Amino acid sequence: MKKIAFSTTGQTLGAELDPRFGRSIHFLIYDLELESTQLLDNQQSRNAAQGAGIQAAEIIVRAGADTLVTGHCGPKAFRVLDAAGIAVYNCAAPTVGEALIALRSGSLSPASSADVEGHW
Amino acid sequence: MVAKTHGRAARIAIASGKGGTGKTTVSLNLAAMFGAPVQLADCDVEEPNLNLFLRCEQLTSTPVTMLIPEVDANRCTGCGACGELCQFRGIVSLGTRALVFPELCHGCGGCIRVCPSGAISENPHQIGTISVGQSRTIRLVEGRLEVGVSSVSPVIRAVHQQLRDDMPAILDAPPGTSCPVTATLLGADYVLLVTDPTPFGLHDLKLAVATARTLNLPCGVVINRAGEDQVGLYQYCQAEALPVLLSLPDDRQIAEITSRGDLVAHVLPEYGLMFTELADKLQQEVLKVAGGRA
Repeated sequence: MKKIAFSTTGQTLGAELDPRFGRSIHFLIYDLELESTQLLDNQQSRNAAQGAGIQAAEIIVRAGADTLVTGHCGPKAFRVLDAAGIAVYNCAAPTVGEALIALRSGSLSPASSADVEGHW
Repeated sequence: MVAKTHGRAARIAIASGKGGTGKTTVSLNLAAMFGAPVQLADCDVEEPNLNLFLRCEQLTSTPVTMLIPEVDANRCTGCGACGELCQFRGIVSLGTRALVFPELCHGCGGCIRVCPSGAISENPHQIGTISVGQSRTIRLVEGRLEVGVSSVSPVIRAVHQQLRDDMPAILDAPPGTSCPVTATLLGADYVLLVTDPTPFGLHDLKLAVATARTLNLPCGVVINRAGEDQVGLYQYCQAEALPVLLSLPDDRQIAEITSRGDLVAHVLPEYGLMFTELADKLQQEVLKVAGGRA
Protein backbone atom coordinates (compact mmCIF):
# COMPACT_ATOMS: atom_id res chain seq x y z
CA MET A 1 0.00 0.00 0.00
CA LYS A 2 1.62 3.22 -1.18
CA LYS A 3 -0.93 5.57 -2.70
CA ILE A 4 -4.47 5.69 -1.34
CA ALA A 5 -7.36 7.38 -3.16
CA PHE A 6 -10.30 8.75 -1.16
CA SER A 7 -13.61 9.96 -2.60
CA THR A 8 -14.34 13.35 -1.05
CA THR A 9 -16.59 16.37 -1.30
CA GLY A 10 -13.77 18.64 -0.09
CA GLN A 11 -10.08 19.18 -0.65
CA THR A 12 -8.25 18.25 2.56
CA LEU A 13 -7.88 15.35 5.00
CA GLY A 14 -10.46 17.02 7.24
CA ALA A 15 -13.10 17.01 4.48
CA GLU A 16 -16.09 14.69 4.21
CA LEU A 17 -15.58 11.21 2.72
CA ASP A 18 -17.97 11.21 -0.27
CA PRO A 19 -20.16 8.08 0.01
CA ARG A 20 -20.47 8.03 -3.79
CA PHE A 21 -17.55 6.78 -5.85
CA GLY A 22 -18.43 7.43 -9.52
CA ARG A 23 -20.02 10.80 -8.87
CA SER A 24 -17.73 11.89 -6.05
CA ILE A 25 -16.75 15.58 -6.25
CA HIS A 26 -12.99 15.01 -5.90
CA PHE A 27 -10.45 12.32 -5.21
CA LEU A 28 -7.76 12.99 -2.64
CA ILE A 29 -4.67 10.86 -3.20
CA TYR A 30 -2.59 10.30 -0.07
CA ASP A 31 1.01 9.13 -0.51
CA LEU A 32 1.96 7.07 2.56
CA GLU A 33 5.73 7.36 2.01
CA LEU A 34 5.85 11.06 1.30
CA GLU A 35 2.90 11.81 3.60
CA SER A 36 1.69 14.20 0.90
CA THR A 37 -1.70 14.74 -0.72
CA GLN A 38 -2.79 15.39 -4.30
CA LEU A 39 -6.27 16.52 -5.32
CA LEU A 40 -7.97 15.17 -8.48
CA ASP A 41 -11.11 16.58 -10.04
CA ASN A 42 -13.95 14.21 -11.00
CA GLN A 43 -16.03 16.72 -12.98
CA GLN A 44 -15.96 14.75 -16.22
CA SER A 45 -17.33 11.58 -14.61
CA ARG A 46 -19.92 13.56 -12.69
CA ASN A 47 -21.26 14.99 -15.95
CA ALA A 48 -21.30 11.64 -17.80
CA ALA A 49 -24.77 10.35 -18.60
CA GLN A 50 -23.59 6.79 -18.09
CA GLY A 51 -20.41 5.02 -17.06
CA ALA A 52 -19.41 7.52 -14.34
CA GLY A 53 -18.04 4.73 -12.15
CA ILE A 54 -15.90 3.35 -14.97
CA GLN A 55 -14.54 6.79 -15.75
CA ALA A 56 -13.81 7.52 -12.09
CA ALA A 57 -12.01 4.18 -11.84
CA GLU A 58 -9.86 5.21 -14.81
CA ILE A 59 -8.89 8.42 -13.00
CA ILE A 60 -7.80 6.41 -9.95
CA VAL A 61 -5.79 3.95 -12.06
CA ARG A 62 -4.07 6.70 -14.04
CA ALA A 63 -3.17 8.52 -10.82
CA GLY A 64 -1.13 5.47 -9.83
CA ALA A 65 -3.16 4.68 -6.70
CA ASP A 66 -3.10 1.10 -5.44
CA THR A 67 -5.88 1.48 -2.88
CA LEU A 68 -9.32 3.11 -2.89
CA VAL A 69 -11.33 4.08 0.17
CA THR A 70 -14.91 5.16 -0.61
CA GLY A 71 -18.46 4.81 0.64
CA HIS A 72 -19.93 2.58 -2.01
CA CYS A 73 -18.67 1.04 -5.24
CA GLY A 74 -20.91 -0.38 -8.00
CA PRO A 75 -20.27 -3.41 -10.21
CA LYS A 76 -18.84 -1.71 -13.31
CA ALA A 77 -16.37 0.44 -11.36
CA PHE A 78 -15.39 -2.57 -9.26
CA ARG A 79 -14.61 -4.63 -12.38
CA VAL A 80 -12.26 -1.94 -13.69
CA LEU A 81 -10.56 -1.40 -10.30
CA ASP A 82 -10.23 -5.13 -9.72
CA ALA A 83 -8.73 -5.70 -13.18
CA ALA A 84 -6.19 -2.96 -12.45
CA GLY A 85 -5.28 -4.58 -9.12
CA ILE A 86 -6.61 -1.78 -6.92
CA ALA A 87 -7.82 -2.81 -3.45
CA VAL A 88 -11.24 -1.32 -2.66
CA TYR A 89 -12.30 -0.54 0.90
CA ASN A 90 -15.86 0.50 1.76
CA CYS A 91 -15.87 2.85 4.71
CA ALA A 92 -18.56 4.76 6.58
CA ALA A 93 -16.17 7.18 8.33
CA PRO A 94 -17.37 10.80 8.15
CA THR A 95 -14.06 12.33 7.04
CA VAL A 96 -11.09 11.38 4.87
CA GLY A 97 -8.76 11.71 7.89
CA GLU A 98 -10.82 9.31 9.99
CA ALA A 99 -11.02 6.87 7.06
CA LEU A 100 -7.21 7.01 6.78
CA ILE A 101 -6.86 6.22 10.50
CA ALA A 102 -9.32 3.32 10.17
CA LEU A 103 -7.41 1.96 7.17
CA ARG A 104 -4.00 2.20 8.85
CA SER A 105 -5.26 0.59 12.06
CA GLY A 106 -6.33 -2.43 10.04
CA SER A 107 -9.99 -2.17 10.99
CA LEU A 108 -11.11 -2.13 7.33
CA SER A 109 -11.08 -5.22 5.12
CA PRO A 110 -10.84 -5.15 1.33
CA ALA A 111 -14.06 -5.68 -0.62
CA SER A 112 -14.33 -8.79 -2.77
CA SER A 113 -17.18 -7.41 -4.88
CA ALA A 114 -19.32 -4.35 -5.50
CA ASP A 115 -21.40 -3.43 -2.44
CA VAL A 116 -24.25 -1.73 -4.34
CA GLU A 117 -26.24 -2.45 -7.53
CA GLY A 118 -25.45 -0.67 -10.75
CA HIS A 119 -27.76 2.26 -11.46
CA TRP A 120 -28.45 4.64 -14.33
CA MET B 1 -53.55 7.69 -49.06
CA VAL B 2 -51.44 6.73 -52.06
CA ALA B 3 -48.97 9.61 -52.27
CA LYS B 4 -45.48 8.30 -52.86
CA THR B 5 -42.11 9.80 -52.06
CA HIS B 6 -38.69 8.20 -52.54
CA GLY B 7 -40.46 5.59 -54.71
CA ARG B 8 -42.41 4.17 -51.76
CA ALA B 9 -45.67 4.92 -49.94
CA ALA B 10 -45.61 7.96 -47.64
CA ARG B 11 -44.42 7.76 -44.04
CA ILE B 12 -45.76 10.23 -41.50
CA ALA B 13 -44.15 10.62 -38.09
CA ILE B 14 -46.31 11.68 -35.15
CA ALA B 15 -44.01 13.56 -32.79
CA SER B 16 -43.98 16.22 -30.07
CA GLY B 17 -41.45 17.94 -27.92
CA LYS B 18 -43.44 17.61 -24.72
CA GLY B 19 -44.59 14.22 -23.51
CA GLY B 20 -48.25 13.48 -22.87
CA THR B 21 -49.59 15.67 -25.67
CA GLY B 22 -51.52 12.85 -27.33
CA LYS B 23 -49.16 11.34 -29.94
CA THR B 24 -50.46 7.83 -29.38
CA THR B 25 -54.10 8.94 -29.41
CA VAL B 26 -53.57 10.78 -32.70
CA SER B 27 -51.54 7.91 -34.22
CA LEU B 28 -54.17 5.27 -33.40
CA ASN B 29 -57.22 7.27 -34.44
CA LEU B 30 -55.57 8.49 -37.62
CA ALA B 31 -54.64 4.90 -38.53
CA ALA B 32 -58.18 3.70 -37.79
CA MET B 33 -59.71 6.38 -40.06
CA PHE B 34 -57.05 6.21 -42.75
CA GLY B 35 -59.48 4.85 -45.33
CA ALA B 36 -56.97 2.31 -46.64
CA PRO B 37 -54.66 -0.35 -45.25
CA VAL B 38 -51.90 1.39 -43.29
CA GLN B 39 -48.89 0.48 -41.19
CA LEU B 40 -48.60 1.79 -37.66
CA ALA B 41 -45.08 1.71 -36.20
CA ASP B 42 -44.51 1.91 -32.45
CA CYS B 43 -41.16 3.71 -32.33
CA ASP B 44 -41.50 4.51 -28.62
CA VAL B 45 -39.47 1.37 -27.99
CA GLU B 46 -38.78 2.14 -24.32
CA GLU B 47 -42.48 1.89 -23.57
CA PRO B 48 -44.44 0.62 -26.59
CA ASN B 49 -48.21 0.76 -25.99
CA LEU B 50 -50.03 0.74 -29.34
CA ASN B 51 -50.91 -2.94 -29.05
CA LEU B 52 -52.79 -2.24 -25.81
CA PHE B 53 -55.35 -0.64 -28.14
CA LEU B 54 -54.94 -2.73 -31.28
CA ARG B 55 -54.87 -6.10 -29.45
CA CYS B 56 -53.51 -8.03 -32.45
CA GLU B 57 -54.48 -11.69 -32.18
CA GLN B 58 -51.10 -12.91 -33.29
CA LEU B 59 -47.68 -11.25 -33.17
CA THR B 60 -44.66 -12.49 -35.08
CA SER B 61 -41.51 -11.57 -33.19
CA THR B 62 -37.91 -11.30 -34.30
CA PRO B 63 -34.94 -10.35 -32.11
CA VAL B 64 -32.90 -7.19 -32.74
CA THR B 65 -29.23 -7.74 -32.11
CA MET B 66 -26.16 -5.55 -31.95
CA LEU B 67 -22.58 -6.77 -32.39
CA ILE B 68 -20.68 -6.50 -29.12
CA PRO B 69 -16.90 -6.99 -28.85
CA GLU B 70 -15.40 -10.05 -27.22
CA VAL B 71 -11.76 -10.01 -26.12
CA ASP B 72 -9.39 -12.95 -26.52
CA ALA B 73 -7.39 -12.84 -23.28
CA ASN B 74 -4.44 -14.66 -24.83
CA ARG B 75 -4.00 -12.16 -27.64
CA CYS B 76 -4.80 -8.90 -25.78
CA THR B 77 -1.60 -7.08 -24.85
CA GLY B 78 -3.35 -4.42 -22.76
CA CYS B 79 -2.10 -1.65 -25.06
CA GLY B 80 -5.19 0.44 -24.32
CA ALA B 81 -5.94 1.45 -27.94
CA CYS B 82 -9.56 0.18 -27.80
CA GLY B 83 -10.36 1.98 -24.54
CA GLU B 84 -8.83 5.19 -25.84
CA LEU B 85 -11.07 5.10 -28.91
CA CYS B 86 -14.33 4.23 -27.12
CA GLN B 87 -16.11 7.36 -25.91
CA PHE B 88 -18.88 5.39 -24.20
CA ARG B 89 -16.77 3.16 -21.90
CA GLY B 90 -18.19 0.15 -23.74
CA ILE B 91 -14.63 -1.22 -23.71
CA VAL B 92 -12.01 -0.23 -21.13
CA SER B 93 -8.32 -1.10 -21.13
CA LEU B 94 -5.86 0.31 -18.63
CA GLY B 95 -2.67 -1.61 -19.23
CA THR B 96 -4.51 -4.83 -18.49
CA ARG B 97 -6.82 -7.06 -20.50
CA ALA B 98 -9.64 -5.05 -22.10
CA LEU B 99 -12.98 -5.20 -20.28
CA VAL B 100 -16.27 -5.07 -22.21
CA PHE B 101 -19.41 -3.41 -20.83
CA PRO B 102 -22.15 -4.54 -23.27
CA GLU B 103 -24.80 -2.18 -21.87
CA LEU B 104 -22.62 0.83 -22.70
CA CYS B 105 -21.44 -0.38 -26.14
CA HIS B 106 -22.91 1.38 -29.18
CA GLY B 107 -21.85 -1.42 -31.54
CA CYS B 108 -19.71 0.79 -33.79
CA GLY B 109 -16.98 -1.83 -34.19
CA GLY B 110 -14.23 0.80 -33.84
CA CYS B 111 -12.36 -1.17 -31.17
CA ILE B 112 -11.90 -4.06 -33.60
CA ARG B 113 -10.38 -1.75 -36.20
CA VAL B 114 -7.87 -0.14 -33.83
CA CYS B 115 -6.79 -3.35 -32.05
CA PRO B 116 -3.22 -4.02 -33.28
CA SER B 117 -3.16 -7.63 -32.10
CA GLY B 118 -6.44 -8.89 -33.54
CA ALA B 119 -7.69 -9.81 -30.09
CA ILE B 120 -11.25 -8.54 -30.55
CA SER B 121 -14.09 -10.34 -32.31
CA GLU B 122 -17.83 -9.59 -32.37
CA ASN B 123 -20.84 -11.48 -31.07
CA PRO B 124 -24.53 -10.66 -31.48
CA HIS B 125 -26.20 -9.41 -28.30
CA GLN B 126 -30.00 -9.04 -28.14
CA ILE B 127 -31.05 -5.44 -27.51
CA GLY B 128 -34.71 -5.59 -28.48
CA THR B 129 -37.59 -7.34 -30.25
CA ILE B 130 -39.69 -6.39 -33.28
CA SER B 131 -43.27 -7.71 -33.28
CA VAL B 132 -45.54 -7.56 -36.32
CA GLY B 133 -49.30 -8.10 -36.20
CA GLN B 134 -52.57 -7.22 -37.92
CA SER B 135 -55.62 -5.50 -36.45
CA ARG B 136 -58.40 -4.81 -39.00
CA THR B 137 -56.83 -2.53 -41.66
CA ILE B 138 -53.77 -1.76 -39.52
CA ARG B 139 -50.46 -3.57 -39.80
CA LEU B 140 -48.65 -3.03 -36.49
CA VAL B 141 -44.84 -2.98 -36.32
CA GLU B 142 -43.77 -2.67 -32.70
CA GLY B 143 -40.23 -2.16 -31.39
CA ARG B 144 -39.46 -3.12 -27.80
CA LEU B 145 -36.13 -2.46 -26.05
CA GLU B 146 -34.68 -5.09 -23.72
CA VAL B 147 -34.62 -4.15 -20.04
CA GLY B 148 -31.27 -2.63 -19.02
CA VAL B 149 -30.26 -1.69 -22.59
CA SER B 150 -29.61 1.95 -23.47
CA SER B 151 -29.11 1.62 -27.26
CA VAL B 152 -32.52 2.86 -28.34
CA SER B 153 -31.83 4.06 -31.89
CA PRO B 154 -30.77 0.69 -33.38
CA VAL B 155 -34.11 -0.80 -32.29
CA ILE B 156 -35.98 2.10 -33.93
CA ARG B 157 -33.99 1.60 -37.13
CA ALA B 158 -34.97 -2.09 -37.01
CA VAL B 159 -38.63 -1.01 -36.85
CA HIS B 160 -38.12 1.03 -40.04
CA GLN B 161 -36.54 -1.99 -41.74
CA GLN B 162 -39.66 -4.08 -41.04
CA LEU B 163 -41.95 -1.55 -42.76
CA ARG B 164 -43.24 -2.45 -46.20
CA ASP B 165 -42.69 0.00 -49.05
CA ASP B 166 -46.06 -0.58 -50.73
CA MET B 167 -48.22 0.59 -47.81
CA PRO B 168 -48.22 4.02 -46.14
CA ALA B 169 -46.99 4.18 -42.57
CA ILE B 170 -47.67 6.22 -39.45
CA LEU B 171 -44.71 6.35 -37.08
CA ASP B 172 -45.55 6.96 -33.40
CA ALA B 173 -42.40 8.68 -32.09
CA PRO B 174 -41.10 8.88 -28.53
CA PRO B 175 -41.38 12.31 -26.82
CA GLY B 176 -38.57 14.85 -26.78
CA THR B 177 -36.02 15.83 -29.42
CA SER B 178 -33.09 13.52 -28.64
CA CYS B 179 -31.56 10.63 -30.64
CA PRO B 180 -34.57 8.25 -30.46
CA VAL B 181 -36.75 10.99 -31.98
CA THR B 182 -34.32 11.81 -34.77
CA ALA B 183 -33.94 8.07 -35.46
CA THR B 184 -37.72 7.93 -35.91
CA LEU B 185 -37.93 11.10 -38.03
CA LEU B 186 -35.10 10.02 -40.35
CA GLY B 187 -37.43 7.43 -41.85
CA ALA B 188 -40.32 9.87 -42.37
CA ASP B 189 -41.49 12.12 -45.21
CA TYR B 190 -43.66 14.39 -43.07
CA VAL B 191 -43.88 15.23 -39.37
CA LEU B 192 -47.15 15.83 -37.57
CA LEU B 193 -46.42 17.57 -34.28
CA VAL B 194 -48.93 17.16 -31.47
CA THR B 195 -48.98 19.91 -28.85
CA ASP B 196 -51.26 21.61 -26.33
CA PRO B 197 -51.87 25.32 -25.62
CA THR B 198 -49.70 25.50 -22.50
CA PRO B 199 -46.39 27.33 -21.96
CA PHE B 200 -44.57 23.98 -21.78
CA GLY B 201 -46.41 22.72 -24.89
CA LEU B 202 -45.43 25.77 -26.94
CA HIS B 203 -41.84 25.80 -25.66
CA ASP B 204 -41.27 22.18 -26.62
CA LEU B 205 -43.14 22.54 -29.92
CA LYS B 206 -40.53 25.11 -30.93
CA LEU B 207 -37.75 22.61 -30.15
CA ALA B 208 -39.54 19.91 -32.14
CA VAL B 209 -40.04 22.24 -35.14
CA ALA B 210 -36.34 23.12 -35.05
CA THR B 211 -35.48 19.41 -35.00
CA ALA B 212 -37.75 18.61 -37.96
CA ARG B 213 -36.43 21.57 -39.95
CA THR B 214 -32.83 20.58 -39.26
CA LEU B 215 -33.73 17.26 -40.87
CA ASN B 216 -35.37 19.12 -43.81
CA LEU B 217 -38.77 17.61 -43.01
CA PRO B 218 -42.02 19.51 -43.57
CA CYS B 219 -44.34 19.68 -40.55
CA GLY B 220 -47.91 20.29 -39.57
CA VAL B 221 -49.51 20.66 -36.16
CA VAL B 222 -52.29 18.99 -34.17
CA ILE B 223 -53.46 21.02 -31.18
CA ASN B 224 -54.81 18.78 -28.47
CA ARG B 225 -56.95 19.89 -25.49
CA ALA B 226 -57.56 23.07 -27.46
CA GLY B 227 -59.29 25.74 -25.44
CA GLU B 228 -58.39 29.25 -24.53
CA ASP B 229 -55.01 29.99 -26.12
CA GLN B 230 -53.18 32.03 -23.50
CA VAL B 231 -49.72 31.39 -24.84
CA GLY B 232 -50.03 32.49 -28.47
CA LEU B 233 -49.81 29.00 -29.97
CA TYR B 234 -51.92 29.82 -33.04
CA GLN B 235 -49.93 33.02 -33.65
CA TYR B 236 -46.70 31.04 -33.48
CA CYS B 237 -48.01 28.47 -35.99
CA GLN B 238 -49.13 31.22 -38.33
CA ALA B 239 -45.83 33.11 -38.09
CA GLU B 240 -43.89 29.91 -38.77
CA ALA B 241 -46.21 28.87 -41.64
CA LEU B 242 -47.10 25.65 -39.81
CA PRO B 243 -50.52 24.38 -40.91
CA VAL B 244 -52.79 23.44 -38.00
CA LEU B 245 -54.36 20.28 -39.42
CA LEU B 246 -56.55 19.40 -36.43
CA SER B 247 -57.71 20.94 -33.16
CA LEU B 248 -59.04 18.42 -30.66
CA PRO B 249 -61.23 19.91 -27.95
CA ASP B 250 -60.50 19.48 -24.25
CA ASP B 251 -63.19 16.81 -23.93
CA ARG B 252 -63.35 14.46 -20.93
CA GLN B 253 -64.94 11.77 -23.13
CA ILE B 254 -61.67 11.37 -25.07
CA ALA B 255 -59.81 10.55 -21.86
CA GLU B 256 -62.50 8.15 -20.66
CA ILE B 257 -62.72 6.24 -23.95
CA THR B 258 -58.95 6.08 -24.32
CA SER B 259 -58.50 4.87 -20.73
CA ARG B 260 -60.76 1.91 -21.55
CA GLY B 261 -58.48 0.96 -24.44
CA ASP B 262 -60.99 2.07 -27.08
CA LEU B 263 -60.52 4.52 -29.94
CA VAL B 264 -62.53 7.72 -29.83
CA ALA B 265 -62.85 7.66 -33.63
CA HIS B 266 -64.67 4.32 -33.38
CA VAL B 267 -66.90 5.26 -30.44
CA LEU B 268 -67.92 8.85 -31.30
CA PRO B 269 -68.77 9.54 -34.98
CA GLU B 270 -67.94 13.26 -34.75
CA TYR B 271 -64.36 12.34 -33.84
CA GLY B 272 -64.28 9.69 -36.55
CA LEU B 273 -65.04 12.47 -39.01
CA MET B 274 -62.30 14.71 -37.58
CA PHE B 275 -59.67 12.02 -38.08
CA THR B 276 -60.94 11.21 -41.58
CA GLU B 277 -60.48 14.89 -42.41
CA LEU B 278 -57.01 14.83 -40.85
CA ALA B 279 -56.09 11.89 -43.12
CA ASP B 280 -57.34 13.84 -46.17
CA LYS B 281 -55.39 16.97 -45.20
CA LEU B 282 -52.24 14.93 -44.62
CA GLN B 283 -52.61 13.41 -48.07
CA GLN B 284 -52.66 16.90 -49.57
CA GLU B 285 -49.66 17.97 -47.48
CA VAL B 286 -47.64 14.92 -48.50
CA LEU B 287 -48.61 15.42 -52.15
CA LYS B 288 -47.24 18.96 -51.91
CA VAL B 289 -43.95 17.54 -50.65
CA ALA B 290 -43.86 14.90 -53.36
CA GLY B 291 -44.68 17.57 -55.95
CA GLY B 292 -41.92 19.80 -54.61
CA ARG B 293 -39.41 17.00 -54.97
CA ALA B 294 -40.49 15.84 -58.42
